[in-house]
Amino acid sequence: MSAGTLYDKVWELHRVADLPGGATQLFIGLHLIHEVTSPQAFAALDDLGLSVRHPERTVATVDHIVPTTSQARPFADPLAEEMLATLEANCARHGITLHGLGSGRQGIVHVIAPELGLTQPGMTVACGDSHTSTHGAFGAIAFGIGTSQVRDVLASQSLAMGKLKVRRIRVEGTLQSGVYAKDLVLHVIRTLGVKGGVGYAYEFAGPAIEALSMEERMTLCNMAIEGGARCGYVNPDAITFAYLKGRPHAPAGEAWERAVAWWSALASGPDAVFDDEVVFDAATIAPTVTWGITPGQAIGVDEAVPTLEQTDSDERPIAEEAYRYMDLRPGVPIEGLPVDVCFIGSCTNGRLSDLRAAAAVARGRQVAAGIKAFVVPGSEQVAAAAEAEGLDAVFREAGFEWREPGCSMCLAMNPDRLEGRQISASSSNRNFKGRQGSASGRTLLMSPAMVAAAAVSGHVADVRRLIATPSSPEPAPTPA
Amino acid sequence: MSATPFPAGPIQHCQGRAVVVPGDDIDTDRIIPARYLKCVTFDGLAEGVFADDRRERAGDHPFDRAGNQGAAILVVNRNFGCGSSREHAPQALMRWGIRAVIGESFAEIFFGNCLALGIPCLSADHDTVLAVQAAVAAHPGALLQLDLEPPQVTLQADGEALAWPLELAAGPRRMLVSGEWNGTAQLVAHDAELRATTGRLPYLAGFATA
Repeated sequence: MSAGTLYDKVWELHRVADLPGGATQLFIGLHLIHEVTSPQAFAALDDLGLSVRHPERTVATVDHIVPTTSQARPFADPLAEEMLATLEANCARHGITLHGLGSGRQGIVHVIAPELGLTQPGMTVACGDSHTSTHGAFGAIAFGIGTSQVRDVLASQSLAMGKLKVRRIRVEGTLQSGVYAKDLVLHVIRTLGVKGGVGYAYEFAGPAIEALSMEERMTLCNMAIEGGARCGYVNPDAITFAYLKGRPHAPAGEAWERAVAWWSALASGPDAVFDDEVVFDAATIAPTVTWGITPGQAIGVDEAVPTLEQTDSDERPIAEEAYRYMDLRPGVPIEGLPVDVCFIGSCTNGRLSDLRAAAAVARGRQVAAGIKAFVVPGSEQVAAAAEAEGLDAVFREAGFEWREPGCSMCLAMNPDRLEGRQISASSSNRNFKGRQGSASGRTLLMSPAMVAAAAVSGHVADVRRLIATPSSPEPAPTPA
Repeated sequence: MSATPFPAGPIQHCQGRAVVVPGDDIDTDRIIPARYLKCVTFDGLAEGVFADDRRERAGDHPFDRAGNQGAAILVVNRNFGCGSSREHAPQALMRWGIRAVIGESFAEIFFGNCLALGIPCLSADHDTVLAVQAAVAAHPGALLQLDLEPPQVTLQADGEALAWPLELAAGPRRMLVSGEWNGTAQLVAHDAELRATTGRLPYLAGFATA
């Protein structure tokens, strides 16, 4: 059983009570809500005659259903309009802050909470969205919940939870140029499997992790859930504190010094005990691309679609299903596979450093004929910062569309979606059957730079050949 | 569509016919595609359950076969319910008529979402799950009796009873059996303890004091 880890310390600090069923009642420090998984929770709260216990600890935005072309109200889709109107009414009635369209602070929930300084080390963070694991990048314990649990957090600012085991994923060495956090996490999932993390929290540690920027750490923790781990985290350090300093909700002045001391003490100590440990070597990781229908069906861009013989026996049925669905033959190299649509964005890779890395590839090149390519900033702040340094112009000149912020084609709850058998190069997080809005649409997951490389090449391409130097500096906090 | 009432109160048993949906890693996007999430209530979700898979199978999906209509026990394989946290997935299954799920393993968020609706997700090893699936296939329309204490499933067919042991962790089992699986009231009741907890979290006051 783990001991002395950040996970253990944060768990103990937030323990409210031990429940008769054996679960722990855990205080939730930050509750994030959006339009898709909250309306039924508010309705249930009404049915129970309860109010919101800590409205100041819930923050709302709208992301899944917003169009990325025109965000004028009312939306063309009456269902989308009803969902946003319902969120607005619920927030107004319960005194919850809503960062709405045009506020300057709207965006994908897992992009805006960090950039506003809402997400901080040592917090428990819950949201009705599985990619809540993103916030673990700050040394928070953050996990996705269902709507009944959203109701519980609204009613009691707490949840009934079972404690997870902790697996340390130690990454030695240095990532090659052209290899990003996205490649690293796809490699981890490919190795440990999509269910390898069930029952675990993942602590990402080691020199390669400590070298990552905060935005890269967010990409990494975002996809912990794709490996089955409900939460993933990185211990807070100087990079974490530098990112937070000066953000709207970060402590300031003397409070800042007290905060840094408290945060620092929460990191897993040298004597921390883990339930399991796996070690990776960053230097061996290539730009990584999914070829199948789960995020674990991933290969290096210089590899071929695995054959059945190369596949573990219990993974063969889903490999065969993937060959059929993707219309890919085993043994075929993934590089050179033609794509139809290129999507840069999402809570995984819709931040400023992602757009910079993609723009570095797109600059001076042209989107290949017949390809639809578009860039969706993760938030209004990301959009403003990118426009301030001219990235929108770089993308437009290269033939990409530059869109308004939202979840866009990651999950197709808005007008952005694949059609028919289209195949996309996507910087998002899920390549499930039908995920991008067409029941037969196909998705190849990869880093934003790799998506840009695919866009200008017309097919899956090794971005290492297209870039001269790596480029993912840490963006400075932007004024809100 | 569901004729039986939704789960309420203590859940010790579940009886009904079984429907087998084979395959590992069936994600919640497949259980309920995202376009069905455009709603502010869960009421109409039954029509969207496995919608794209059913269209692809053109009437031959387990949820479309005539003999499976009215089934209450879903039998799956490994890592069922992975991916998105959408409670719409168990809500859609429940509104179609599912009252319990048996499988080799479940994604955690899905398991918790089912528990919050009073739908037990019981697990068994690989060979046991295959044996249950084979028995269901061999005895179409047979009734299954699911018990939580101890967790097991029994299939009545041809005058004989085939039984397999299942697993359900003690915590969720106690919650279901006692009827405390929908625990909002319990959480709200611990307000004094909640206040004590907030007192030791300096970030709640913006680190205003040392």
